Amino acid sequence: MMLACPIPISDYPVVTLAHGGGGHMMRRLIRDVFVAALGNDTLQSNTDSALLDIPSGRIAFTTDSFVVKPLFFPGGNIGTLAVNGTVNDLAMAGARPRYLSCGLILEEGLPMDTLWRIMLSMKQAADAAGVSIVTGDTKVVDKGKGDGVFINTSGIGELDPALRIGPDAIRPGDVILTNGDIARHGMAILAAREELALEAPIDSDCAPLNHAVAALLQAGIDIHALRDATRGGVASALVEMAQDARREFLIEESAIPVREDVRGACELLGIDPLYVANEGRMVCLVPEEQADAALAILRTCFPDTSPARIGTVQSRDSGRLVLRSLIGAKRMLDLLSGEQLPRIC
Amino acid sequence: MKYLDEYRDAEGVRTIAAAIARITTKPWMLMEVCGGQTHAIIKFGIDALLPEGVTLLHGPGCPVCVTPVGIIDQALEIAGRPGVIFCSFGDMLRVPGTRRDLFAVKAEGADVRMVYSPLDALQLARKHPDKEVVFFAVGFETTAPANAMSVYQAAQEGIRNFSLLVSHVLVPPAMEALLSSPDNRVQGFLAAGHVCAIAGCEPYIPLARNYKVPIVVTGFEPIDVLRGIHLCIRQLEEGRAECENAYPRAVRHEGNPAAMDMVAEVFTVIDRKWRGMGEISRSGLGLAPRYADYDAVRKFNPASDDVPESPVCISGLVLQGLKKPHECPAFGNRCTPEKPLGATMVSNEGACAAYYRYRKS
Repeated sequence: MMLACPIPISDYPVVTLAHGGGGHMMRRLIRDVFVAALGNDTLQSNTDSALLDIPSGRIAFTTDSFVVKPLFFPGGNIGTLAVNGTVNDLAMAGARPRYLSCGLILEEGLPMDTLWRIMLSMKQAADAAGVSIVTGDTKVVDKGKGDGVFINTSGIGELDPALRIGPDAIRPGDVILTNGDIARHGMAILAAREELALEAPIDSDCAPLNHAVAALLQAGIDIHALRDATRGGVASALVEMAQDARREFLIEESAIPVREDVRGACELLGIDPLYVANEGRMVCLVPEEQADAALAILRTCFPDTSPARIGTVQSRDSGRLVLRSLIGAKRMLDLLSGEQLPRIC
Repeated sequence: MKYLDEYRDAEGVRTIAAAIARITTKPWMLMEVCGGQTHAIIKFGIDALLPEGVTLLHGPGCPVCVTPVGIIDQALEIAGRPGVIFCSFGDMLRVPGTRRDLFAVKAEGADVRMVYSPLDALQLARKHPDKEVVFFAVGFETTAPANAMSVYQAAQEGIRNFSLLVSHVLVPPAMEALLSSPDNRVQGFLAAGHVCAIAGCEPYIPLARNYKVPIVVTGFEPIDVLRGIHLCIRQLEEGRAECENAYPRAVRHEGNPAAMDMVAEVFTVIDRKWRGMGEISRSGLGLAPRYADYDAVRKFNPASDDVPESPVCISGLVLQGLKKPHECPAFGNRCTPEKPLGATMVSNEGACAAYYRYRKS
């Protein structure tokens, strides 16, 4: 793969309005940047729609838009987020992600090299997740009307018609698992955005989850529910699941893995890691008798992130999420009104 | 994590909780003064470990809660002026004024920025000499030294495009206002550890003596809070009323003289209005006359800060532990965390917000 941007810097060092104009420059951008970076047969066919074969009778379909500042951060960039975010949304339905679209809104003046690096990252992330980017669109907006790059990805995944994953399948006694330490992505972005002087940069947890879900299903784990813990963090994901299932969920603060550097940054800013965004973490509800086997699979799939058993579904039908704190007292967790803000005191 | 884990140790917590239970023979009503302590109490569920009859009242020490609506309106007005970069700590951005908050003003095009220190705001003033940079200086004795330092540095460097919108309040006068109310129910105080780390323990000695109330300087981790409660109840059970320090690892009796010198250099003690409590004599800080050029109110002359509080809101009574949130007619209907009428619904740690979340589910 080419590592240098194939459009000579001397020709087009930055994205111009003409790159969205539908003429030669746009064709060249598509050919030399998008197809060159993302290349696959479907994308190369240069037709108005991608024509896809899906063997199973049922598909999962999702869409997500990505805006992030800074565009590049430790552990990833907007391109890796855009691929993994949509891949993970498909995986949370139990689907096998196959195809993605990529809609780009570029701000006039974006360095062509930046665009190229993002495209290479998207290709790498797509390969790692086993999906193809098969169709796309580009618009260019005036300088000052965008934040460099906005990306929308939609995704199609194949679904086993017999599979039922969701709140209706949740049962008392189910065990709540997570595939690793939480709150890294949100703190990585915050630290990078605010230029916090931490001892070492916190790297995002951005990663695809579909291989782990496939491994669980293949091993015969009867997954009752899955949710990726993105915006709002693990707490918000579990609050919504508990409400939908009309069951009380009990989680143990002492069992929830948070890396030491992440905890330090959260303490410093008065931010609760349970509500901080993740981009490669899910909560997974499985029957008690399969919990150990499921955890072992997660540990094989994520050898470096400390997957853990963090709680259980109770028989009470309160629809609440309850946290047993480090000191053994219980408190209810709710959705936040808005974004978490660093506290004065 | 060092200096944290040992103060969150479940075994240590149980030991102190058991010690509190052993010495407690009567119901007691204690008030933790600081919002940071309220936060820890709710976050860790510390109140659930106390003997029945021991009640914790959540005091007025949350700067988000007690900043008057009128000053927030002034902040919104100044932030909306052309050429202004308005800087604030994060959690003030969502606090509503009469009609909207700083987030809304930002959405309308104002340059509102979240900063972590007033010195970051001063740095913006250096970087943008063509803009007026205003920092929203809220908080207690804890945030006053750094805010003072920003003005002091600006003056030293001759930076003119920097100013503070000051809403600084002081803890001891508010405690005295609570204690001198005929309806007071507070029998013992957990004083705010971080405030005392700056201002020292001295101001609390006459309060404890004159009002015959134990005041225990208390920290913020579960074991710190429980130690404070333990010492406070021990005094009450033994019939003593003294100022004691349960947080010696951070608080020296004399406080931090260098920080207090900086505060005294830049600020002067003035009367201040508290949201939910009204005007309290000599309970706040304003810029000293020699630094008046750094006063955003003087510089921008926004409309008066005299905005009446909601006539139905009872947050003042809630703050004093005289009423429960659900006894308010506006609770949960006209007044919610998204549209708060009063102080105690504003912040997540406020008593009304906590009740609302519990009841709602």
